[in-house]
Amino acid sequence: MITPVSSPAAFPSRRPGSVRLLWLLVALAALLLVCGLSVTIGTRDVAWSDILAGLGGETATIGQSVVAVRVPRTVLAVLAGAALGLSGAVMQGITRSPLADPGILGVNAGAALAVVIGMAWFGLASLGGYLWTAILGAAGAACLVYAIGSVGRGGATPLKLALGGAATSIAMSSFTVAIILPRNDIAGSVQSWQIGGVGGASYDAIAAMLPFLVVGFAVSLLSARNLNMLALGDEAAAGLGVPVALSRLAAAAGAVLLCGAITAICGPIGFVGLVVPHLCRLLVGVDHRWQLPFSALTGAVLLVLADVVGRIVARPGELDVGIVTAFVGAPVFIWIVRRRRIREL
Amino acid sequence: MSALDLSARVARHRRSVSRRSTRLALALLAVLLAGLALTLMLGQSLTPPLDVLRVLAGHDVPGASFTVGRLRLPRAIISILAGLSFGLGGAACQTLLRSPLASPDIIGISAGSSAAAVFAIVVLAWTGPAVSVLAVVCGLGTACLIYLLAWRGGVAGTRLILVGIGISAMLQSVIAYMLLQAPEWSLQEALRWLTGSVNGARLPDAVPLLLSLGVFGTILLAQGANLQAMQLGDDKAAALGVRLARTRLLTIVAVVGLIAVATAVVGPIAFVAFLSGPIAARIAAPGQPVLIPAALIGAALVLLGDYAGQFLLPGRYPVGVVTGALGAPYLIYLIVRMNRAGGTI
Repeated sequence: MITPVSSPAAFPSRRPGSVRLLWLLVALAALLLVCGLSVTIGTRDVAWSDILAGLGGETATIGQSVVAVRVPRTVLAVLAGAALGLSGAVMQGITRSPLADPGILGVNAGAALAVVIGMAWFGLASLGGYLWTAILGAAGAACLVYAIGSVGRGGATPLKLALGGAATSIAMSSFTVAIILPRNDIAGSVQSWQIGGVGGASYDAIAAMLPFLVVGFAVSLLSARNLNMLALGDEAAAGLGVPVALSRLAAAAGAVLLCGAITAICGPIGFVGLVVPHLCRLLVGVDHRWQLPFSALTGAVLLVLADVVGRIVARPGELDVGIVTAFVGAPVFIWIVRRRRIREL
Repeated sequence: MSALDLSARVARHRRSVSRRSTRLALALLAVLLAGLALTLMLGQSLTPPLDVLRVLAGHDVPGASFTVGRLRLPRAIISILAGLSFGLGGAACQTLLRSPLASPDIIGISAGSSAAAVFAIVVLAWTGPAVSVLAVVCGLGTACLIYLLAWRGGVAGTRLILVGIGISAMLQSVIAYMLLQAPEWSLQEALRWLTGSVNGARLPDAVPLLLSLGVFGTILLAQGANLQAMQLGDDKAAALGVRLARTRLLTIVAVVGLIAVATAVVGPIAFVAFLSGPIAARIAAPGQPVLIPAALIGAALVLLGDYAGQFLLPGRYPVGVVTGALGAPYLIYLIVRMNRAGGTI
């Protein structure tokens, strides 16, 4: 059964170019604005002169050092948001499910489990090692959940995928706990696998993650045309000459690479990949060639904004960005569920 | 064939089904009692059966009174009662929503109780019965919220499940956040609320469990026949005289009551509610009621899972980790079986 991502009545399939361009400019301006906020707003109030000097690389006063910490944090938030937004958009395209998201589908839980296994039994301690293991774990979980979701009548329906993802997450978390419990030496690092955050950002981590992100972005963006064809249904896409299984696999590899790499560095951040593609479909239409890059851009805006909000609402402490996105994302998830007809789920 | 003949055959068939049900229930009860005997006698040290019986009869036996009376007996009783609640509630929920994946722990009912319990312990620094009361109230509140959000001129099972998954994802991140904020980070206490555990079980905790089994369990068993008729589809069940809305509401209230009370005492023991129903359906003959076998299987799962976590595995694990790990192979089994049968989840 074919479940199109969006019904024609809800979203115009094409937007005029001028509208898209306008939204693109708005999104870029929003990204600049939230990045500015992210550097200037935080637990400590910093004077403007210190902010400017800190951006210039000075770390003489406390204020300037604070800015020096906020800059990599902002960079990481931008990259993570872009990667998660794009990865969610690709997953929604592949599964034709409006509810696909690395968190909901259990892919983040798979990445976390793999890293914990690596730390406990294989002496994993390097950034590169974390990245590879997390990506392997993410890929394994993605395959498992897709297999669970697509057995039986009707193929991979959103409902079955979501249930399979939830059940897989619970099983993987149990394994994670079982591995950590007898190991006091690694129990301290479990905390970062509960909620995702960008607080501990460093240029080293960003540099280690960058090659994976570049490949992930390239593969995902290049699959836009094939995703457009897949949206017509498997038979129609095959009739148009698209290698269905291969293009689905390639796009999935790109998405898994992106969310696995981010999970390795930031921990599991849910719901960004869920919310962003829906917003983008409203703004620029369903053409994946526009929707995918736009999802990356909007994802970056959302995640940086969530990080800033997390710093403001919980002063003098801060909320991890994973909490903020869950609180923004879960209501959107429910709104999507309510808006659809039963048959489409 | 005359009508009289037919009715006699139907009556005979019914009698044979009910005889088989009784036999199955008795067999499961025997397994449960054997498990109980095992856990009472065998721990770090062996207590002879006679000593166990004398302790149960109220005599004071040096050594055994403490190990059996104070440690093993409360633990076994709480395990059995919680397992009965989880098994019964889970099977009823899966029957109502017609999906083996739609158990209360996956669709967010236990998450509400857990979040409330963690909030009471970590933020409000409460202890004892007040925590349980709050957990039950919030479990019911969460279920009401899920029900209301899924309401759109009637509640469809699909929408209920998906809304539940969304709410559950949000609550999980709240739980993780509160645990990370806890001033004295205690992994054991935290794990109780992440995966469920019967560590430190006390006999007075049995009272709320018994009450909820008495009230909600009776309601569910009384609705058993109606639930079975609803397996045929809503239209046919209505034609058979089942009042759909009433049955659905009563079942949901009873399921939530059972699960919330049990979660308040032992935490959300992973997958017991999820596994019991399908195992019961597997060993029961087709058309046989599964609620009572599912409850007994739930009790056996918790009792033996806890025993395995304490003594059979290297290291000591809370029961939720053991049952959670059991769920993973079951998911894979579900895939294999569905692939072979070509059925639907």
